[in-house]
Amino acid sequence: MASHSMSGELVRMTAARLAAAIAAGEVSAVEVTQAHLDRIEAVDQRVRAFLHVAPQAALAAAAEVDERRRAGEPLGPLAGVPLALKDVFTTTDMPTTCGSRILEDWRPPYDATVTRRLRQAGVVILGKANMDEFAMGSSTENSAFGPSHNPWDLSRVPGGSSGGSSAAVTAFEAPLGIGTDTGGSIRQPGAVCGIVGVKPTYGGSSRYGVVAFASSLDTPGPLARTVLDAALLHEAMSGHDPCDSTSIDAPVPPVVAAARQADVNGLRVGVVTELSGDGYQPGVLARVGEAVELLESLGAKITEVSCPHFTYALPAYYLIAPSEVSSNLARFDGMRYGLRVGDDGTRSAEEVMSLTRAAGFGAEVKRRIMLGTYALSSGYYDAYYGKAQQVRTLIVRDFDAAFEQVDVLVSPTTPTTAFPIGERVDDPMAMYLADLCTIPSDLAGNAALSVPCGLAPEDGLPVGLQIMAPVLADDRLYRVGAAVEAALDARRGHPLLDEANGLGELS
Amino acid sequence: MSITRDEVAHLARLSRLALTEQELEHFAGQLDVIIAAVARVQEVAAEGIPPTTHALPVTNVFRDDVIVPPIGARAALDQAPAAEQDRFRVPRILAED
Repeated sequence: MASHSMSGELVRMTAARLAAAIAAGEVSAVEVTQAHLDRIEAVDQRVRAFLHVAPQAALAAAAEVDERRRAGEPLGPLAGVPLALKDVFTTTDMPTTCGSRILEDWRPPYDATVTRRLRQAGVVILGKANMDEFAMGSSTENSAFGPSHNPWDLSRVPGGSSGGSSAAVTAFEAPLGIGTDTGGSIRQPGAVCGIVGVKPTYGGSSRYGVVAFASSLDTPGPLARTVLDAALLHEAMSGHDPCDSTSIDAPVPPVVAAARQADVNGLRVGVVTELSGDGYQPGVLARVGEAVELLESLGAKITEVSCPHFTYALPAYYLIAPSEVSSNLARFDGMRYGLRVGDDGTRSAEEVMSLTRAAGFGAEVKRRIMLGTYALSSGYYDAYYGKAQQVRTLIVRDFDAAFEQVDVLVSPTTPTTAFPIGERVDDPMAMYLADLCTIPSDLAGNAALSVPCGLAPEDGLPVGLQIMAPVLADDRLYRVGAAVEAALDARRGHPLLDEANGLGELS
Repeated sequence: MSITRDEVAHLARLSRLALTEQELEHFAGQLDVIIAAVARVQEVAAEGIPPTTHALPVTNVFRDDVIVPPIGARAALDQAPAAEQDRFRVPRILAED
């Protein structure tokens, strides 16, 4: 059995290393899972990454991997590796709450396609990770069950909406996490936690069984401590799904090969003019600037590229996403599943519905439902929703023009480092600005990745470099991300996360 | 363009949200700020620009019509707030008068 120190070693290993050790019989999948469950037991009271931990289901899944290995069956590249699954993916053996009272304790009757693929790959789901309610937010503070905490500084947010997943991976509670990105909800928590977060090309990963937020934007994707681990998870969770009508019927881009290649020699890199300047923290701009210089020293050709309509992406997004919310969340009517309030035998279905939704939804969800209802009302439709859809076209055109000149675009992932819990909680516009740099790729559907590029000198907190690639060129993200990661790790002499001390574990 | 408390009350009714007076006041102020900010889209979007409704253009997606067994009444009703005689029990939908 794993000793304390061996258990400590296991939780700090990469997913790639863990899978290799399990496949070689150096350690069992059950031992690996137990080590992570022990870690959760030890730190999650303070990190609060998980809404639900499933020790029995996890150990059973791990035992099955061990059994398959003993039987000589071929194992996938992530077999036996534990993972934190955002609580927006349906799971038959665990609750799925979306961080909302309206779905508290809900047990879905089916698995999401991503859940099913993870199980088939032998990935061990440890539990369900916290999130902003229905994925609306940038901090996890909109979770009905309380915020998660950033393992670099527990008084700060881990980002959001996939902040439970990012906190779990950063605190060594799981080597892998899965999130969903609608406006930046994988990349921004990745950036502020100092880990890797990837939004694949829209349609590259299935939305079947992902409780819908904004259907034309929602994109599941990986979170991990290394670029290679993210690529392995990207490959395992992706691919065409006939159950999702917007799923792309094309091979998954060669992301794992690209992460191993880690070469930017001759690659054309464009720095986006509009994603810089006022409102950006100086330490964020400094570190991103250094990462660009690093890319040049590695043989990339750097140019500055203007994408003039990117500054209108945020307003367009906050019309398009709420409009889709007002429609998608109409399903929560208290009739077939979830919360029902005020059904006293005298009230009508409509009254019960209104009382249920008022009691079951938090403030941000209510704001967005009403904003979407406003934007879609007759008389306002053309001026708001219609115009926002035209802006979306202009953003796609900006990307198309940029990718005629360069292979990838880069920018900060988010304008600031992790902000203090409570600072923006009742200031929606301040919260929305966290998504300023990530939204363009959601609106255009292309692939984007955040890779850590150091700590901001003023607060010692992680900074993310965002890399954006054309639709279905997800592999380029991994080439560039892995090159940056390798060069920075070599220069530093250790991975960035070795410096995270929010849990007071460093001497 | 600004949004009044009464307009927010109307939106709340359309959205089936039984908000308190306090919530209406609070949201009216916040929605006003947000709507002013998002109205910036009107500065740029020009005539003749087609709308984009989806990240990637896909039309008429079909899949094979494969027969799969339904989940069954028991599983469907398992998470229902109220059930009766193998059906969802819901509040009345018609007014009495």
